[in-house]
Amino acid sequence: MPDEDKKLAAHRALVDRVLNGEGEASAELRAGAFGNVGVPPPLDALISKVVTSPAEITDADFAAAKASGFSEDQLFELVVCAAVGVSARQYEAGLAALAEAASTGEAG
Amino acid sequence: MRPDILNRAYSPGTKALFGLIRVFSGWPVPDAAKIVFYRPGFYGSRAKAFTHAAMRGRSAWSVADRELMAAYVSTVNESAFCIGAHTATAGRAYRDEVKVRAVLADLESAPVDEGLRATLRMLGKLTREGRVAAEDMRQVLSAGVSRRQVEDALAVCAAFNTTDRLADAFGFELLSPEGFDAGAMYLLRRGYR
Repeated sequence: MPDEDKKLAAHRALVDRVLNGEGEASAELRAGAFGNVGVPPPLDALISKVVTSPAEITDADFAAAKASGFSEDQLFELVVCAAVGVSARQYEAGLAALAEAASTGEAG
Repeated sequence: MRPDILNRAYSPGTKALFGLIRVFSGWPVPDAAKIVFYRPGFYGSRAKAFTHAAMRGRSAWSVADRELMAAYVSTVNESAFCIGAHTATAGRAYRDEVKVRAVLADLESAPVDEGLRATLRMLGKLTREGRVAAEDMRQVLSAGVSRRQVEDALAVCAAFNTTDRLADAFGFELLSPEGFDAGAMYLLRRGYR
């Protein structure tokens, strides 16, 4: 397997594991965190910050999520899912733009 | 780190390993290394495999170039721990810390070749905006960067857009300059496995 494909395969294995493997948080909630969609409040505040402004996350964001009933292990998983999700979307967007540039380049 | 479970819930074997590392290296295990030992079956094992492939797998980019990409993406994300770690690692890899600092301060005027500059510019846009257009990619390709190299750069970008977020969300403790330098030597010797 060429190294580029190995990198993609390793990335897909990571994505597949956090979404579909065993976890303390439900697969549905992990998918929500991964896509930053349909996450219930107050957890949505923490997950949105992971996606858009991680440097602004504070202890209070974790405390609010814990107070609403999530365990620390669940929060670990959901933060990981959100971080892997946003970077996976960027990776896909980059590869798609590259494929388009390369194909139009060849046609031109 | 937060939540607190990331500071204490490791197996006895892992805790013993952390102790040994502290004794032999003279430095406590940094949070970036600890996190991949926390329930490694969920995240750490596969994250290490992907990051190592991106940063140390075969590529037309040098290790130094890829460490600079990691530092640049982390700078765009304002992720203090990863900026410190990968500025130090890129500086050591190039044996030119001044060049690394110049790139991070002002990409457009920094003394790097146009292919690397165009690639970093594209990674910065992707990191900031979450998307890039085919035209952005054409500019990189026309600067002499191969399609394979763009794919390799996108893998580095994906690895660090994940790690930067975890560093800030989980609150990785910042190291002293000496601590970051010790980490840089480790990453250049052993990689991310």
